[in-house]
Amino acid sequence: MKGELLRFTTAGSVDDGKSTLIGRLLYDSKSIFQDQLAAIENTSKKKGLDEIDFSLLTDGLKDEREQGITIDVAYRYFNTPNRKFIIADTPGHIQYTRNMVTGASTANAALILIDARNGVIEQTKRHSYIASLLQIPHVLVCINKMDLVNYEESAFEKIKEQYKDFAAKLDIQDFKFIPISALKGDNVVNRSKKMEWYNGSTLLHSLENIPVANDLNHIDFRFAVQTVLRPHSDEYHDYRGYAGRIASGILRIGDPVTALPSKLQSSIKKIHCAELELQEAYAPQSISIELEDDIDISRGDMIVKTTNQPENSQEIDAMVCWMGENPMQLNGKYSIQHTARSGRAIIKEIVYIVDLNELKRIEGKTSLEKNGIARIKIKTTTPLFFDSYRKNRNTGSFILIEETNFNTVGAGMII
Amino acid sequence: MSYRLEHLAELEAESIYVLREAFAQFENPCILFSGGKDSIVVTHLAVKAFYPAKIPFPLVHIDTGHNFDETIAFRDELIQKIGAQLIVGSVQEAIDNGLAQDEKGVHATRNTAQIPTLLDAIEKNKFDAAMGGARRDEEKARAKERFFSHRDDFGQWDPKNQRPELWNLYNGRKKYGEHFRVFPISNWTEMDIWEYIKKENIALPSLYFSHEREVIRRGDTILANSPFITLKPNEKVTKEIVRFRTIGDLTITGAVQSEASTLDHIIAEVAAACETERGNRADDQRSEAAMEERKKEGYF
Repeated sequence: MKGELLRFTTAGSVDDGKSTLIGRLLYDSKSIFQDQLAAIENTSKKKGLDEIDFSLLTDGLKDEREQGITIDVAYRYFNTPNRKFIIADTPGHIQYTRNMVTGASTANAALILIDARNGVIEQTKRHSYIASLLQIPHVLVCINKMDLVNYEESAFEKIKEQYKDFAAKLDIQDFKFIPISALKGDNVVNRSKKMEWYNGSTLLHSLENIPVANDLNHIDFRFAVQTVLRPHSDEYHDYRGYAGRIASGILRIGDPVTALPSKLQSSIKKIHCAELELQEAYAPQSISIELEDDIDISRGDMIVKTTNQPENSQEIDAMVCWMGENPMQLNGKYSIQHTARSGRAIIKEIVYIVDLNELKRIEGKTSLEKNGIARIKIKTTTPLFFDSYRKNRNTGSFILIEETNFNTVGAGMII
Repeated sequence: MSYRLEHLAELEAESIYVLREAFAQFENPCILFSGGKDSIVVTHLAVKAFYPAKIPFPLVHIDTGHNFDETIAFRDELIQKIGAQLIVGSVQEAIDNGLAQDEKGVHATRNTAQIPTLLDAIEKNKFDAAMGGARRDEEKARAKERFFSHRDDFGQWDPKNQRPELWNLYNGRKKYGEHFRVFPISNWTEMDIWEYIKKENIALPSLYFSHEREVIRRGDTILANSPFITLKPNEKVTKEIVRFRTIGDLTITGAVQSEASTLDHIIAEVAAACETERGNRADDQRSEAAMEERKKEGYF
């Protein structure tokens, strides 16, 4: 299995059949084990259901099984001969926007489910807005429950037009529509015999063919130092290896580099991947670097190419999604974590809050509630080295942390 | 040159990143080492993450006292080879001190007695992060785990109040007395583990490969015969060709009938398997939420 890894997230409203879809993907791609199947068959019978309830596979916590809803992000794994997949299964309820943002933050693709009977509803807009905000490169709009609209092409086309109209306002690079029935298995893994009018690919085929590597930024080399390796052994007496994961770009031996914040310059002497020495390395590899010169670099510093440097500032414009129980306050102070760098931040301005239902801007607010999204200006105690989130998801993202209870309360995307 | 990583290389890079992050963010981390393949892979990744320095934290083994001899021999050899420090938390000692209770009867295991032993080892050694080899594909409660999983000062997991984990920004901040569990191989599946073991040529205890052994059949489970097991009236000891898919406490780890004696055979067997690897773990079969209940209390 030499395939790449595709991470995708799923979003839908409470009854769109999201868990059923995931169950179907796992079942038809033969990724469910007999003991798992037996367990859910058993439970389905106990609940008096005629068909197997695939949502029982993904609803992992006891409370969820009892209430029949997904509370938290659950990760699922399956593979086909071509690829390995990681699904971040997130709940669709309004109050759980934070989970969708969490699932979306690491995803290369999003599945947005629409009930064919209901068409585009508020939650569809909300989910699509989040996919756009989080810059998920590929969106697959699955129009589900086609069996309940007699597999009619007109129903599919109508929703497609509805969605396109509204998506024109968003920033989604690539989207695609697939008519499916998760319950009956149409166009999920196997091509539907009841929708001959549809010429596109099945959901699984689409997932297998999304170009993953192209989504990475291979231009701007950014390397945040996580820790410095100093063996202190006779053999490696003066060894200093700067360890980290390449956030973006490509690095070669001999490249002239600059360390931030010191702005001291050197060049790449060696690139190590554990015991191997590499000529070049690229995102998202974890490596360690030796420099030609002995300069002072510690955790949180960033090594970049001298000819291509990130922004370097203490004043930052960003979109933020709030996840804390306590609302975000204007002039509130929080800890901030960006790449391997930590500091403190103050909310200097709430430019506007996004009304997720109308997709409108509301100005003049001084606080942001849980599950709210806003454009803000912050000032940090220490300079951050960043790119816009649109250009670079790794150096354009940060989290805000409440200083009293250390909870992660804000997800920030730098503009 | 195409700048693509195949999936095992990407998983490796992610795990090394998590291990380094744990080392950098915590004052006193450790690896929970069970002697099973997953913790062996975590240890292998830790060696890589800090190379050429030695692993800068100890390995902790929670010893139930009901071990396979092979596991202990393997553990000691590995520790020697990588030059790491080993700390053993003894369940027997915890029972002797009244910290834990031994279960009685034919289904007795030391599974729940591991919890106070583990929490005691964490407290005594002032560990603020314990890294483990748990994977999200193993079990449905584990599917909701974070890479950095926060535990309160009772060592408890609150699944409904987990910190959101965004991008790869892990928040390890905590109050005094609290600690974290860190799971560097969260995103690996059983198959990934086996393919990686083969790719990296990682040594494993011989228990994973088929061998002849005295066993007892109990329900659908094949248990290894040992002094720690109590036979039911109708049970008898037989000799069979078996291997283990997971390795834990002797009394609960079920064997499978298997002729798989090489990694290639095992990979073929795992690919064709129709039961999950924990399918024959007696500890998970106690109830549908068995794992969740134990995790809340502070299990691995």
